Amino acid sequence: MTAPDNCRYTPDHEWVRLDGDIVTIGITDHAQDELSDVVFVELPDLGDVDKASPVGVVESVKAASDIYAPLAGEVVEVNLDLVADPSMVNSDPYDGGWIFKMKIDDTSQYEALMDASSYTGIVR
Amino acid sequence: MSDVLRLSPLDEKHRDLGGRMVSFTGWEMPVMYSSIIDEHKAVREHVGVFDISHMGQLFLKGNDAESWLNRMLANDVAKLEDGEAQYTFILNDQGGVIDDLIIYRLAENDYLLLVNAAKIKEDVDWLTQHLEGDLRLENLSDDWAGIAVQGPDASEVYFKMTEGRTLPARNHLDDLSHMGHRMIVCRTGYTGEDGFELFCPASQASFWWSLIMDEGVAPCGLGARDSLRLEMCYPLNGSDLSPSRSPLEAGLGMFVALGKERFIGGDALRNQKEQGVSERLMAIQLCERGAPPRPGYPVHDMEGKLLGELTSGGLSPSLGAGIGLAYLPTDRVKVNTPVQIGIRGKYLPAKVVKKPFYRK
Repeated sequence: MTAPDNCRYTPDHEWVRLDGDIVTIGITDHAQDELSDVVFVELPDLGDVDKASPVGVVESVKAASDIYAPLAGEVVEVNLDLVADPSMVNSDPYDGGWIFKMKIDDTSQYEALMDASSYTGIVR
Repeated sequence: MSDVLRLSPLDEKHRDLGGRMVSFTGWEMPVMYSSIIDEHKAVREHVGVFDISHMGQLFLKGNDAESWLNRMLANDVAKLEDGEAQYTFILNDQGGVIDDLIIYRLAENDYLLLVNAAKIKEDVDWLTQHLEGDLRLENLSDDWAGIAVQGPDASEVYFKMTEGRTLPARNHLDDLSHMGHRMIVCRTGYTGEDGFELFCPASQASFWWSLIMDEGVAPCGLGARDSLRLEMCYPLNGSDLSPSRSPLEAGLGMFVALGKERFIGGDALRNQKEQGVSERLMAIQLCERGAPPRPGYPVHDMEGKLLGELTSGGLSPSLGAGIGLAYLPTDRVKVNTPVQIGIRGKYLPAKVVKKPFYRK
């Protein structure tokens, strides 16, 4: 299982990467491995969301799993490539398999998320 | 029932192979090893192996076993020759399904019933209640293991692993000893592919599993078992079958011998046959790519009126489409009727299709 150092992590097995005031969000390698065979991603709607609110769904053959907003902010972009090829969530979870981007006002809430070593600790 | 999950005699094999273990009807079994889709395709295209040790083996012996079984079961046991298998049902007095099973005639007055894991106790209690004469019902489910090898290459695997044996004919079995180990091998399955199911004392399970794995057979979990059977519209008891649904409603009337002597549930079924069933288990396929349909999702007509709900559902790896089964009203729905499946508040277009979903 990989968990890159340039991301922060949530207990719901999402990764969050900060670039300026934009965060990119996807599910972790551990999460995609547990789900396996991702066949559909219900992408979030654009607009304001509260922290921890369910915004989308990742569906594998086995099960449906909610995606939550890891932080409060505005959903500004979703990964439309996943419509044609949802399996990128499995094959490239931290890059091509990103799910959505949010604009956040307060980057300190990002810093409060788990770092890679803390996250690796909870899934081991 | 105890909360502690039972372990298959192949538990260690599954863990060594990276099997994802889940709770299934009181057993801890692998749902998959790495990918349900890959395992599904391995069975459709080559060959896969499943642990089916959770299933129940009931042995019935005694005088007049045939006529007693014919009163207890819906299909006609008298049609079986030695070594032949038949799909059948244990029904309640209302004609509802207690269990669906395969019965094997080993010899005259000597039968094996292969029943669902979740129903072993209920089946044994029901059958025991009705036992008569010198009939003996022996539940060897705890002592026996089962392994299913399924796929177009299954007969070749059997030939190699037994150093030259050939499989019995379709729906027949061999009760034999190989290298000192007893096994019952049946040319039956739950995938729609050629293949065999091997039953042996639990202590021999690892031996057979290893021989099969040595032939390069893909280990497959319950996830692929479910998607394979669903593509064939084979029912799953507890989901598609229940004590309040009859085999006629489930579209399985060909496995009910209404013309034979009296059997439990028979009067109710004859009545139902005369009047016609008001709902039937139908096959539904989504028209567009989207979220896989799952059990419990509602089925609506095109005006949005509720027709029923899915008893089974999932993505068909062979078709790349969402598929499901639902009991729907026969006066309003038939093959090709457009319907909608509700998935998280959205309606996805679907239609009723002819069974099975998948054909070679």
